[in-house]
Amino acid sequence: MSLDVTLQTDPESFGADATDEARRQVEICNACRYCEGYCSVFPAITRQKVFASGDITQLANLCHNCRGCYYACQYTEPHEFALNLPRALAEVRTESWDRLAWPGGLSETFQKSGVALAGALVAGFALMFFAISALPSGGEGFYAHLGHTAMVAIFAPAFLLPLAAMGVSLTRYWREVGGTRVTWADLREAGASAGRLRNLSGGQGQGCNFEEGDRYTDRRRQMHQLVLYGFLLCFASTSSGTIMHYVFGMEAPYAWYALPKLLGVPGGVMLTVGALGLAWLRTKADPELGAPDVKGGQMGFVLLLAFVGLSGLVLYAATGTAAVPLLLALHLGSVLALFLLIPYSKMAHGFYRFAALVREAQIARAAS
Amino acid sequence: MTDDLNRLSATRWDVVVVGGGNAALCAAIEVAETGASVLMLEGAPETYRGGNSRHTRNFRCKHDAPLSVLTDAYEEDEFFDDLMRVTKGKTDEHLARLAIRKSEEALPWMEAHGVRFQPSLSGTLSLGRTNAFFLGGGKALVNAYYNTAADLGVRVVYEAQVRHVGIEGRRFTHVEVEKDGVTHRIEGRAIVLAAGGFQGDIDWLARAWGESARNFLIRGTPYNKGVVLRDMLDQGAESVGDPTQCHAVAIDGRAPKYDGGIVTRLDCVPFSVVVNRDGDRFYDEGEDVWPKRYAIWGRLVAAQPEQVAYSIIDSRSIDLFMPSVYPPESADTIDGLAQKLGLPGAKLRETVERFNAACTDGSFSPQELDGLATTGIEPAKTNWARPIAEPPFYGYVLRPGVTFTYLGLRVDETARVTGPEGRYDNIWTAGEMMAGSILGQGYLAGFGMTIGTVFGRIAGQEAAAHVA
Repeated sequence: MSLDVTLQTDPESFGADATDEARRQVEICNACRYCEGYCSVFPAITRQKVFASGDITQLANLCHNCRGCYYACQYTEPHEFALNLPRALAEVRTESWDRLAWPGGLSETFQKSGVALAGALVAGFALMFFAISALPSGGEGFYAHLGHTAMVAIFAPAFLLPLAAMGVSLTRYWREVGGTRVTWADLREAGASAGRLRNLSGGQGQGCNFEEGDRYTDRRRQMHQLVLYGFLLCFASTSSGTIMHYVFGMEAPYAWYALPKLLGVPGGVMLTVGALGLAWLRTKADPELGAPDVKGGQMGFVLLLAFVGLSGLVLYAATGTAAVPLLLALHLGSVLALFLLIPYSKMAHGFYRFAALVREAQIARAAS
Repeated sequence: MTDDLNRLSATRWDVVVVGGGNAALCAAIEVAETGASVLMLEGAPETYRGGNSRHTRNFRCKHDAPLSVLTDAYEEDEFFDDLMRVTKGKTDEHLARLAIRKSEEALPWMEAHGVRFQPSLSGTLSLGRTNAFFLGGGKALVNAYYNTAADLGVRVVYEAQVRHVGIEGRRFTHVEVEKDGVTHRIEGRAIVLAAGGFQGDIDWLARAWGESARNFLIRGTPYNKGVVLRDMLDQGAESVGDPTQCHAVAIDGRAPKYDGGIVTRLDCVPFSVVVNRDGDRFYDEGEDVWPKRYAIWGRLVAAQPEQVAYSIIDSRSIDLFMPSVYPPESADTIDGLAQKLGLPGAKLRETVERFNAACTDGSFSPQELDGLATTGIEPAKTNWARPIAEPPFYGYVLRPGVTFTYLGLRVDETARVTGPEGRYDNIWTAGEMMAGSILGQGYLAGFGMTIGTVFGRIAGQEAAAHVA
């Protein structure tokens, strides 16, 4: 068997302890290869013999932290090789998100600190209370409290600016991992993987090792997909509302059988249940197999997702009551915080992981 | 946890299982499934549980048609022929054929008890027909069995070293087990011994093999010290297997003393010249493909001064084999490499130059026996003899790495042990403690797990029937 020893990217384009430690561990894994069946990371490792820092960044973002390799490893502490690959890659991953975030500095704060996230949430509430009391209203339903124009004025930039920032980060990521021109085949492959969260399936659908230690369970993947698809349904709900508003002149509030409600209500339920489920699973899992530095920020983010979902459902349930202005401010405030923090919170992981899956599809195809 | 053992010693267990690897777990599960009470005494701490099973990766399995991840067929006679080839006939044919035949039904049993298989790993495609690989390797298998055993109510005590098996006449009565420096007496109605060989005890190895064994590395667990095996032999249990021999392969000389496992293997030998401490070659490096030769190199290196050897390649060969866990020493000249490896420079240069001069023209083909041989030197290199000429030069240090020992307890087809007064009433054994009956010499990849699984299950079934 011949191995490619050419570097995928410039060697040592940056130096970092976490990357060096992950490289040490990956080289041991490459001499063992018992874990090949768990996920995409190990087959990716075996394609190379030398790992540039950008290669380690790519492996770290490809890793979904299923932890199968940790519990199967002969070389975990107290063995002198002291392997803990899920943690080593988690630390490289979170460091890479700090390094690649634009503008810099924000990611360090919001990734690590649940308190900072809570602060952002409160700021979101305050802003929305102010907006509801100060900005013009006009219309029915919640437009009676905050007009459509005001809402668009706040949320269009709150959505588009973070996405633009995320675009900068992804461009940096792509350069760091040596990505090439993206084809439809790459996207299709990455989409198939993300859509089923294949890398959290344990390789055979038995699931990963999280809340029950070395026993496999598929709950984490199920909860994650409830969040993912719930969020996408909520997003589709809002998009359908926007189209109905601008294209068809059909303004909110919508009846329960209208598209925004048919998409949004199940989406909100899925988002809430999934996020609470993930939070519960996190309390059972071993924090030493992730990046302990960001534990607070990640838990805070999951709870923020749950709050967004739950507050949206409660708001709908409270239609027509005096609680609407209060609930509207809470819901929109949480949505605002979530959007603004996309590039600087755990929310960013979805973008980086997808990029890593696209890059993996490219490398795998080139190697085959 | 000493309290725990105090409490557990108040019970008279149906079956006591000594050991905590694959064979012990298979036995414990078989017993527990009949409803009998089982206490497992594992000498290692929980993080190192599983004996050498944690280092394994596959299960050699007979099958007459595709089975699980296994392709085609691998029939009894072919399997047995493979065994005869590696053992040079040193096997108990009756027991060997039993292990082979029962492996086919063992595989679905393993799956039903939590083991997950996968197609063979990259670089091991030659085993895809004969060996079923464990998803995640042997430690994942061990974890799965511990979970299954726990669900069945098996009690496990870690760091519980059995010092003595109490026997009255032909009957086992109790074990003396040490934990945290305190000795407990545990009574049981039957016992399964599955505590491995003695390769973890360097003193014993040195007595058996010779003082040079102190320079050997132990590839697997340090907890297999043969304490239970010794105790049984001292009480007159019948033994099998050559007491002086161990299975040793050539591994990276920088590996940890114990537990280096799979990553310390080096596959560079066929593409190299191998010299001893004095800079002399001593064997044909290209005799056959590496999977068929790595085992003899353990002995070859063991016979060299200080039990050490050095494998030298040039830049053209560095990518022809699996990556090593430790990077090779490298230098732009042979002299520089000799200095880094602590070898006599002039001598190494002379050896390499003589080797290079003996190389002939022909095509080099790393994936097959290419017949590219030296002429006029002793020992010859009969394949892949390409000059060591293109810098940088790389060097690896080799030492013997012990996999397992052959000495064990004699068993019959029910895995029952025989003592001075005939077959014991209620003592069974499985795994490395009796594998010497079947593997009298050499090794067949994945067959240790076959023996452990088949005889672990038999021992468990027999013990359970005894206490029913």
